[in-house]
Amino acid sequence: MTTSTVLAAAGEVSGGEEVTFWILAPLALIGAIGMVWARNAVHSALWLVLTMLCLGVFYVLQAGPFIGMVQIIVYTGAIMMLFLFVLMLVGRDASDSLIETLRGQRIAAVVLGLGFAGLIGTGLHRALGGTAGVGLEQANAEGNVQGIARLLFTKYVFAFELTSALLITAAVGAMVLAHIERRREDRMDQVATMKARFRPGNYPGPKPGPGVFATSSSVATPARLPDGRLTERSTPEILPVREMTAEETSLKGTDK
Amino acid sequence: MTVLLAQDPTLADFGRDPWWLVLGKIVFAFVFGLLATLLGVWFERRVVGYMQVRPGPNQVGPFGLLQTLADGLKMAFKEDILPRAADKVVYFFAPVISVVCAVTALSVIPFGPMVSIFGHRTPLQVTDVPVAVLVLLACSSLAVYGVVLGGWASGSTYPLLGGLRSTAQMISYEVAMGLSIVAVFMTAGTMSTSGIVAAQASGTTLSLGGFEIPAPGWYAILLLPSFIIFFIAIVGETNRAPFDLPEAESELVAGFMTEYSSLKFALFMLSEYVAMVTMSAVTTTLFLGGWRAPAPITTFWAGANSGWWPMLWFFGKVLILVFVFVWLRGTLPRLRYDQFMRLGWKVLLPINLVWILVLAGLRSIEDWQSRDRMLATAVGAGVLLLITILWPSRQPKPKPTLQEQVDSRPPGSFPLPPLDLQVPPSPRTKRVVAEREPANIVAGSDSREV
Repeated sequence: MTTSTVLAAAGEVSGGEEVTFWILAPLALIGAIGMVWARNAVHSALWLVLTMLCLGVFYVLQAGPFIGMVQIIVYTGAIMMLFLFVLMLVGRDASDSLIETLRGQRIAAVVLGLGFAGLIGTGLHRALGGTAGVGLEQANAEGNVQGIARLLFTKYVFAFELTSALLITAAVGAMVLAHIERRREDRMDQVATMKARFRPGNYPGPKPGPGVFATSSSVATPARLPDGRLTERSTPEILPVREMTAEETSLKGTDK
Repeated sequence: MTVLLAQDPTLADFGRDPWWLVLGKIVFAFVFGLLATLLGVWFERRVVGYMQVRPGPNQVGPFGLLQTLADGLKMAFKEDILPRAADKVVYFFAPVISVVCAVTALSVIPFGPMVSIFGHRTPLQVTDVPVAVLVLLACSSLAVYGVVLGGWASGSTYPLLGGLRSTAQMISYEVAMGLSIVAVFMTAGTMSTSGIVAAQASGTTLSLGGFEIPAPGWYAILLLPSFIIFFIAIVGETNRAPFDLPEAESELVAGFMTEYSSLKFALFMLSEYVAMVTMSAVTTTLFLGGWRAPAPITTFWAGANSGWWPMLWFFGKVLILVFVFVWLRGTLPRLRYDQFMRLGWKVLLPINLVWILVLAGLRSIEDWQSRDRMLATAVGAGVLLLITILWPSRQPKPKPTLQEQVDSRPPGSFPLPPLDLQVPPSPRTKRVVAEREPANIVAGSDSREV
C-alpha cells in the first residue's frame, strides 16, 4: 500500500499497479457492457456493482485510498443496494421487453455509442497522453485523508455545505411528497384496537369456519352459531349464500 | 517508553514482508476465522444450554467440542437443492460473497505488536492502510449483498422478504455504526487500526471546566456512548438476536436462507459466525485497547505487551465480546420490525449526532485559555439546563380507575365478570379424604405363617 502510494506520487507506474490495472480494466469494461446487455434488471445492477468495485480499486491504486473506499461504501454499499431494494419491490420478473419500437434503433445506438467512446477516448488521449501527474506529493503530503479534510473544511466548505443542504432538501422534499399525514386521534394503538374489539356489535372471538354445525360441508354453506343462527361471516364474500333444497339434503341411499 | 515505541507497528512497518510471511499471515487469519466458527458454534450452544439449564452438545469429542465438525461433515453430504425458480448464478454466488466479505475484514485487524518470525520483525497483522477502518466498513456494507442476493435469487417469497428486511436493516444500522466510529477517528486522529490501538495505549488527561481529570486510554470508557451504540449497531449488522429479523423463524421460516441446503447453507452459517467474531475483533480494536493487556496487568508485569503475549489478551477480549453476543441471544426476545427501525433511526442516530457535536465542541475548545474554556463549558451546560427546565411537558391526564372504565362501557358490551369476583370452591372438586386407619399389623399375624 505505502509503496504503491509512494510510487504513484512520483508519477511513475509500478509493475504491481500495471498488473492490477490490466486485470481490473477488462473486468470494469465487461461490467459496463453487461449492464447494458443484461435483460434482467437485477443482473444489470450487479454488473454495475462490478464496475463500481473496479473503479474503487483504481482510485486506491492512484494514491487516493479515501475516495476509493468511499466509492465502495457509498456507491456500492448504499446506493446500489437501494437500487436493488427498489428492483426487488418491483418484482423479480421485471425484464425488458424484446420488442423493438423504433426500427434500426439498436444498430444506431451501437454505432453512436462506439463513435462517442472513440471521440472521448482519442480526445482524452491526445490532450492528456503526454502529461505527467504533478502535485500529487504535495496533495498527499500530510496524508490522503487529512489533505481531503483540509480542502473540504477550508477552501470548499461553502460548496460542501451547500451541496449537503441541497441533498437534505431533496430528501425532506421526497419524504413530504410521499408521507401520508395521520392525525394523532385517528391512530389506533394497541389499547384502542383491543377496546374496539370488545365493543358491542363486534364478535370478539374467532370466526367459525364454513360448514360448522351445518348440514353440508360445502364452503358455500354458512356456519351455524351455537344458538342455531346462521352466520354470514363464515362464507367468503364472493360466494352466494343459499340454503340447500329438500332434494339435496335428503338421503341419497348411499349410507347404510 | 522506547520499548513501547519499538513494539508499536506504524504504517511504515507494513508492506515489507517476504511473500511467505504474507501468505502465512493470510492463512493464519483465514484459519482463525474457520476455527472461530467451529468453536463459536459449540461455545454458543453450550452457553445457551447452560443459561437454559440443559447440557447442550456433550457427546461428540471431549465436552462435545467436535459437534460442529460432525454437523459440518453431515452438511457436506446432504443433497444440494437448486430451486427451479432460482436464478442459478446469483444463487450460487450469494453465500460466497457473504463469506468473502466476512473473512476479508480480518485482514486489517491487529492481532498483536511487532514480533520476530524467523528473523523478520513484522507486525501481527496482515496489512494496514491509512483508511483501514473504512475497509472494515466497506466489507460490512458489501456483506449485505450476500444476504440480499441470496434472498432474491431463491425465487420464493419468504427468502425475498428476508432479503428485503435485511437490506433496510443493514443500511440503517450501518449509519449508526459509521457515526460511532467518527468519534473514534476524532479522538485518535487516525483511521489505521494499528494507529487506533496505539492511541489507546496510555491514559490521557481531560481538561473539563478548568480541571485536569485523568482519563483512561480505552475508548470504551472515554467514548462510552459511541461504544454502546456501536455494539448495538453491530448486533444489528451481523443479524444476530435480538435483531435477527431477516431470518426470523416464527415469521419467515428461515428468511433469506430458506431455500439453501448443504454446503451453501454451511457457507451462510460460516459467514454469520465469522462476522460475529470479526465484529468482536473490530470492537476490541476500536474501543477496548486492541491487543494491549488490560490495566492492572501492566502495572506488575512490564512484559505483558511484548512478544506473543498480546495475542492472549486480544483473544480474551474477543471471547468476552462473543460471550456478550451469545448472552444477548439467550436473554432478549426478537424485536418487532417497526420497533427495530424506530430504535435505529429515532434513538441511536440522534443520540449519536448530539454526542459527536458535544465531542467536537469539547475538542475545539481544548486549545483555548482556561478562563474561556470554563466560560464555554458553563454556557453550554447552562443552555442544556435551560432546555431541560423549559422543555414543554404535557400534564398526564389522571387515569380513570378500573371501575370507572368498566362503568363507561356502552350497553351491550362483552360481559365482564365482577371485579371483586371470588371464585367459590366448586362442589365437584371436593374430595373426600378418608381418614384411613393405619394398617395394623398384629404381632400375632406373623405367627400364622410359621
